[in-house]
Amino acid sequence: MKHFPAPGLPSPPAPLPQAGEGNIPALAGRGLHKRFRVKGAAQPTQALNDVTLAVPAASLSALVGPDGAGKTTLLRLAAGLMRADAGALHVLGIDVAQNPQAVQDRISYMPQRFGLYEDLSVQENLDLYADLHGVGRDERRERYARLMAMTDLGRFGTRLAGKLSGGMKQKLGLACTLVRSPDLLLLDEPTAGVDPLSRRELWSILRQLVDEARLSVIVSTAYLDEAERCAQVFVLHGGRLIAQGAPDAIRQQASGLCFVAAPPPGTAPRALQARLLDAPATIIDAAPQGGEVRFIRRPDADNAAVDALLDGVSAMPVPARLEDGFMVLLRGREAQAEVKLSAETNATTPSPQPLSREGRGASTPFLYGRLSQRTNAPLPPRGGGAGGEGEVALGEGHSHPNAPASPTPEIVIEVKDLVRKFGDFTAVASASFDVRRGEIFGLLGPNGAGKTTTFRMLCGLLPASSGFLQVAGVNLRTARAHARSKIGYVAQKFALYGNLSVGENLQFFGGAYGLRGSRLRERMQTVLAQFDLAGHEQATSGLLPGGFKQRLAMATGLLHEPEILFLDEPTSGIDPLARREFWRRITALAASGVTVIVTTHFMEEAEYCDRIVIQDAGRLLAIGTPEQVRAQAGGAADGRLSMEEAFIGIVMQGRASSRTAGQGAHA
Amino acid sequence: MTGPARNRFWQRLIALTRKETRQLIRDPGSIAIGVLLPIVLILLFGYGLSLDVKNAPMAVVLEDASPAAAQAVAGLQLTPYISPVPLASMREAEALMRDRKVDGIVRLPGDFSRRLAAGDATIQVIVHGADAAKANIILRYATGALTQDALRRADLAGGAALGGGIGQVSIEQRLWFNSANTSTWYLVPGLIALIMTLVGAFLTALVMAREWERGTLEALFVTPARPVEILLAKIIPYFIVGMAGLLLCLAAARFLFAVPMHGSLAAVVVSAMFYLLVAVGMGLVISSVTRNQFLASQLALILSFLPSLMLSGFLFDLRNVPTPINVIGHAVPATYFIELLRTLFLAGNVWSLVVRDCLILLVYAAVLLGIARVVTRKRLD
Repeated sequence: MKHFPAPGLPSPPAPLPQAGEGNIPALAGRGLHKRFRVKGAAQPTQALNDVTLAVPAASLSALVGPDGAGKTTLLRLAAGLMRADAGALHVLGIDVAQNPQAVQDRISYMPQRFGLYEDLSVQENLDLYADLHGVGRDERRERYARLMAMTDLGRFGTRLAGKLSGGMKQKLGLACTLVRSPDLLLLDEPTAGVDPLSRRELWSILRQLVDEARLSVIVSTAYLDEAERCAQVFVLHGGRLIAQGAPDAIRQQASGLCFVAAPPPGTAPRALQARLLDAPATIIDAAPQGGEVRFIRRPDADNAAVDALLDGVSAMPVPARLEDGFMVLLRGREAQAEVKLSAETNATTPSPQPLSREGRGASTPFLYGRLSQRTNAPLPPRGGGAGGEGEVALGEGHSHPNAPASPTPEIVIEVKDLVRKFGDFTAVASASFDVRRGEIFGLLGPNGAGKTTTFRMLCGLLPASSGFLQVAGVNLRTARAHARSKIGYVAQKFALYGNLSVGENLQFFGGAYGLRGSRLRERMQTVLAQFDLAGHEQATSGLLPGGFKQRLAMATGLLHEPEILFLDEPTSGIDPLARREFWRRITALAASGVTVIVTTHFMEEAEYCDRIVIQDAGRLLAIGTPEQVRAQAGGAADGRLSMEEAFIGIVMQGRASSRTAGQGAHA
Repeated sequence: MTGPARNRFWQRLIALTRKETRQLIRDPGSIAIGVLLPIVLILLFGYGLSLDVKNAPMAVVLEDASPAAAQAVAGLQLTPYISPVPLASMREAEALMRDRKVDGIVRLPGDFSRRLAAGDATIQVIVHGADAAKANIILRYATGALTQDALRRADLAGGAALGGGIGQVSIEQRLWFNSANTSTWYLVPGLIALIMTLVGAFLTALVMAREWERGTLEALFVTPARPVEILLAKIIPYFIVGMAGLLLCLAAARFLFAVPMHGSLAAVVVSAMFYLLVAVGMGLVISSVTRNQFLASQLALILSFLPSLMLSGFLFDLRNVPTPINVIGHAVPATYFIELLRTLFLAGNVWSLVVRDCLILLVYAAVLLGIARVVTRKRLD
């Protein structure tokens, strides 16, 4: 499995399944196509486009890609739940289109929402699947003992599955697929929406299964760091398989191209990162990491250009990761798509850029350039940081709130002893912190930690039970409506009217915020330009691709020029490229003086924040810059903890201390 | 099917049925619809919805104060269907009538006794006509009550003193099959059909859709469970709840409303089983096609419950409706079940009708369950 296609080229055909014993691949597909008709859309969605792959047996394989890449469709085809429009798919040597039941008798499958019966108890769920798979009494007893040891579910036998936490549900879902030894285990995004601790436990269970029981496992995931633990990685993007092979082979794509650079003292890493990202001709990707900036240069970029960008900052080469290889592959594809598109438009239709995936891909490489040229014009220069050409972000970076030299900006959000109870359940217990103007402030925590509750109280959607809460100089407990005019809110789900056009949505929400006449028109023009939506005013919002929808949501949230922007899980489900683009915009926004409050479950995104808060079980466990939080987690002087490791460390510490406190109270 | 395969079939079916039963018991909504709603419907239809007229208030205006006049209206006091309200003037009576405080007026003009002696006395009976059916019934009762006195008088006079149509022959009215003419007797068999439609179609319309919505079906499909087993497991618990509803209704019919049972109880139970299969089949088809609980519940209401209520002859006799409605009504399975039940309850074992209607119900059940089986494929696309 070392073959590795050049970026953009179709993968070489996989070997056909052979009848020989032990030689049968777990899954072998050739030329798979699948289209869906989406309601209201003129064009059917191409979920899978000429996918050819072979997944070997007795190993752990990952299906990687952003939302909409085609992962779920491929797994459903393999499980016999759907039939391909074209192509052949053999699972365990059986033609699954011909005989789905034969495949379903031998495999186990966990769908995205775990497929649990929430009104049945843990034990009843397990018994149901054991009965369906015809597991005998004796076998069952031995099997259950092992599953309980593995998943730690034994304590919850009689609890209803619906009353379990997200992580426990995920483990129960997995246990239900393992009531007997399947010949192939398919897991569809088992770690989506599950906190890092539970994710880590799940992967160690899978590792163990493959090593000890020689199980064949295919896992789909949007997390590239998870795919790194697998023997094979299959990278899907826009319905196409863009790479398959061992993680090493994909990593190889970026080998020798990855560096880490420390920003000049007193500046935020994101300032340097923004500058690097804005030079797509030289840099493939840049992201803040551990207080430094990690970047990938283009193989064909000349050293002088890189040095000029770094502006005296020294860069250390680092080993490539899977994500780096993925970014290199993705950028390669985009360059190709762009060439293809421009050729097409020249030859056939000189029409405006279509809102297709190809179109989006083609526009992305130039996006950062356009954005940086514009940042000083459309963004209101409220923070007083209107610098020179494309320098706004960097200029503000120097007067960073954490930089000791500059005058400290005023406090815009002040929280003291904030408590929220639902009945006798305390969702948020005595939280205190403050946020300064122009800061990017992150709320992090596992599911059920209280971050959504905190977030909702901050933007005035939920009254606090007790405590002091002042937002933009207004006490939220007494003057909520007034405070609302100063804040913008972007919900996690697309909360605009899908059947209205882009322009109509902006008009409506502008009106709702009290904008009218020339003022409204002027603001609409500004946000349309700011979020690259100009020219798409007539497009129906609901049919826009994901990235566009999110930009429209942001544009709507900023129409009334709020001082504070609240973003709830803005990056969940969007691909790494779109996430970079998103954070680039946020960086520019913060530079212009807008305060940004953001929740995220991507731990590495905490690196973009000036300060973060980590919550668990309603308690505030850590607050400070990413550096301070890392230090609190006990990061050794040299061994840099990743944000995820720091997060896990802090949550574990917090849980351990609350447990000892609890024991002390009982004693 | 070989031995082990059959064993596995039963093991899976039992496991799935146990699961459905647990879910049914733990869902307060299902319990409310399956148990509480039948009880509410029985009480509502049994006591609240009555087509009978009892104690209808009627203004009695005696403009002639003679004993003969008083005697003429004495009959009104005796009938249980009318309660007379004596008034002094027509003006008052009209006011009450306008306010719908009384349903009618009986007026004896000032020259009543004089004209009675002359042999051409008239009594004016006015009835509020807003509710035509009720007006007719009241008119009939009032006329009947007033005629009593006239007949007696005619008897005394020994001749046709009053002239007109009333002779000395007493008219004895008689109703067949519902000899007390209590509408409860007529409604309760229909009510059984209605409740079984509700439990069968409405509850099962939710179950498949619920699994589609929660994504649990996806996991269930990728197991050795066969579609037939999944469907059977969904039918069994709801069939039992439906039969429990039947027992509840039969008990209420017997002990609460004292509806006579002229036919065979076994025939009632067997035909109810057939009808329940029809209802369950309809629910499963709706559920599998819509895959959405809200849509499924709306469709179940429109396609099964409302036709069973409005078009089945439950409220309106199908022979009296326009032909198109009559045709539609005869496409509704509840029509045959209600016909069957009324026959069995009130008329007795009319075997030709019982057998014919049972066969029709069986065909409906087979077709609907067949469709449910065909649309329940282990496929998401």
